[in-house]
Amino acid sequence: MREFGYQQVSDVETAVATLATSADARYLGGGTNLVDLMKLGVETPELLIDVTNLPLTDITETADGGVLIGAAVRNSDLAANPVIRQRYPAVAQAVLAGASGQLRNLATTGGNLMQRTRCSYFTDVSKPCNKRVPGSGCPARDGEHHNLAILGASEHCIATSPSDLAVALVALDAVVHVREGDSARAVPLTEFRRLPGDRPDLETTVEPGALITGVSLPGLPIAAASRYRKVRERASYAFAIASIAAAVEVSGGLVADCRIAWGAVAAVPWRATRAEAMLRGKPVAIESFAAAADAELLAAEPLEHNAYKVALIRNVTVELLAELTGVSR
Amino acid sequence: MTRSSLSSSFTVTVNGEPQLLDLDNRTTLLDALREHLDLTGAKKGCDHGQCGACTVLLDGRRVNSCLVLAVAAQGRSVTTIEGLGTADRLHPVQQAFIDHDGLQCGYCTPGQICSAVSALDEVDRGWPSAATADVGAEKITLDDSEIRERMSGNLCRCGAYVNILAAINAVAQ
Ligand SMILES: Cc1cc2nc3c(=O)[nH]c(=O)nc-3n(C[C@H](O)[C@H](O)[C@H](O)COP(=O)(O)OP(=O)(O)OC[C@H]3O[C@@H](n4cnc5c(N)ncnc54)[C@H](O)[C@@H]3O)c2cc1C
Ligand code: SF4
Ligand code: FES
Ligand code: FES
Repeated sequence: MREFGYQQVSDVETAVATLATSADARYLGGGTNLVDLMKLGVETPELLIDVTNLPLTDITETADGGVLIGAAVRNSDLAANPVIRQRYPAVAQAVLAGASGQLRNLATTGGNLMQRTRCSYFTDVSKPCNKRVPGSGCPARDGEHHNLAILGASEHCIATSPSDLAVALVALDAVVHVREGDSARAVPLTEFRRLPGDRPDLETTVEPGALITGVSLPGLPIAAASRYRKVRERASYAFAIASIAAAVEVSGGLVADCRIAWGAVAAVPWRATRAEAMLRGKPVAIESFAAAADAELLAAEPLEHNAYKVALIRNVTVELLAELTGVSR
Repeated sequence: MTRSSLSSSFTVTVNGEPQLLDLDNRTTLLDALREHLDLTGAKKGCDHGQCGACTVLLDGRRVNSCLVLAVAAQGRSVTTIEGLGTADRLHPVQQAFIDHDGLQCGYCTPGQICSAVSALDEVDRGWPSAATADVGAEKITLDDSEIRERMSGNLCRCGAYVNILAAINAVAQ
């Protein structure tokens, strides 16, 4: 591992200003992704700026009936928070579906949203990878890609974003609050992460060096009945191969409103807007749910070893929507 | 600005005793405990957060010490398996692992026990898990599936899971 300096900061301005003093500094949250990648030689910062002591450790209720989650709130505290559990249950469920009790005690909200892909070529410095070394190639396309993207990928990169939390947040209209230099900005989570295109090394739409200060969720009555469902290759302590966060409001047997987002299918937490549009106003029935999923999956570009995900995410979507609306399959 | 130093001097309280450390910033909490403080109870299984053998309590909460930089634990309090009980006054979870034969080779055991102590505390505080049917419910009913889920961050290569489950159930009663 490369040697590095370590600094603690106690205010947001100092954190951002300190990062700007180095060409190669990183914010350190719980370290559960960054320290791991440093051991692997994937990340080689010369300076770590520990942001866990910033005054960003609270979950506060906002004027619009929503909540603001500080960037340094640990995943376990987020999932244990009574307001989150009651008003945004999918968020608590998504956090609890990820990693382990030990890791959630360390992992922060900001770090979770910024965690890197688990693509096995990205984490192996002996292999080419366009995300890690731009222009070096993407061996995943013809190689191991059983858990990589079916939506929004490019010829340059087919990585997926592994965060469970981000899927629930994006379904429930979350907004990411960032500090870039001297200015603060609020970016809807739907626009925060970038699809790979020809620059898979660029993962967000904010400036390099931007500090996440928090994530807000609006007051959203539909969210109180939201749910998260995760499919993985073992019962626990494994990343998703497909996941979904959803909420449905029914009125007179029709879908009055809905929220659907998918995980482990793209480089971003995938808000299924086409499925949502297709479903609104439709009768609450298995056929409507399947048609909605199919509308979203029209854009799917599966490869040889991840084609199973198309049927998987479709079935999980139908199942969860049926469960949320009390329709039997 | 001058480049930050590559090593740091700081204090961490370990099993109740303040320890002054002067370490290369790259040192993990696990290596600090094992290589610098001679506390070899916490084990290095994977060194990547994937097995739980290195589990210790940081300010009373279980963490993977292999992913915590020692320098980032400065000013905080660490409890390792050595600090949970003594040979003649074992912690109830330690005693239960013996009574229920919750180990074979013993390599994962310090991590399992630290994790179980903290998991039971999380249940007392009403924290839900992925096995909790209603995350909004205030009280947790600790059944086998809850214990399995809450302990999923600790792998056991010997497969002593059945007896580990029995040991934790016994303490939870
Ligand atoms: C074995 C294992 C299993 C896991 N399983 C799952 C799983 O099933 N589901 C899941 O979702 N996750 C899983 N994770 C990933 C885990 O959730 C992430 O590692 C964690 O959320 C990252 O948070 P952190 O605070 O530790 O981030 P760090 O490791 O500290 O940082 C990660 C990145 O975020 C940046 N960063 C940190 N804070 C900020 C900030 N405030 N502003 C801007 N940038 C910031 C860092 O510079 C770094 O680039 C797993 C991890 C491990 C090791
Ligand atoms: S899919 Fe992306 S991260 Fe994986 S090897 Fe290709 S370029 Fe790298
Ligand atoms: S050694 Fe830390 S989790 Fe395996
Ligand atoms: S007892 Fe041998 S690894 Fe668990």
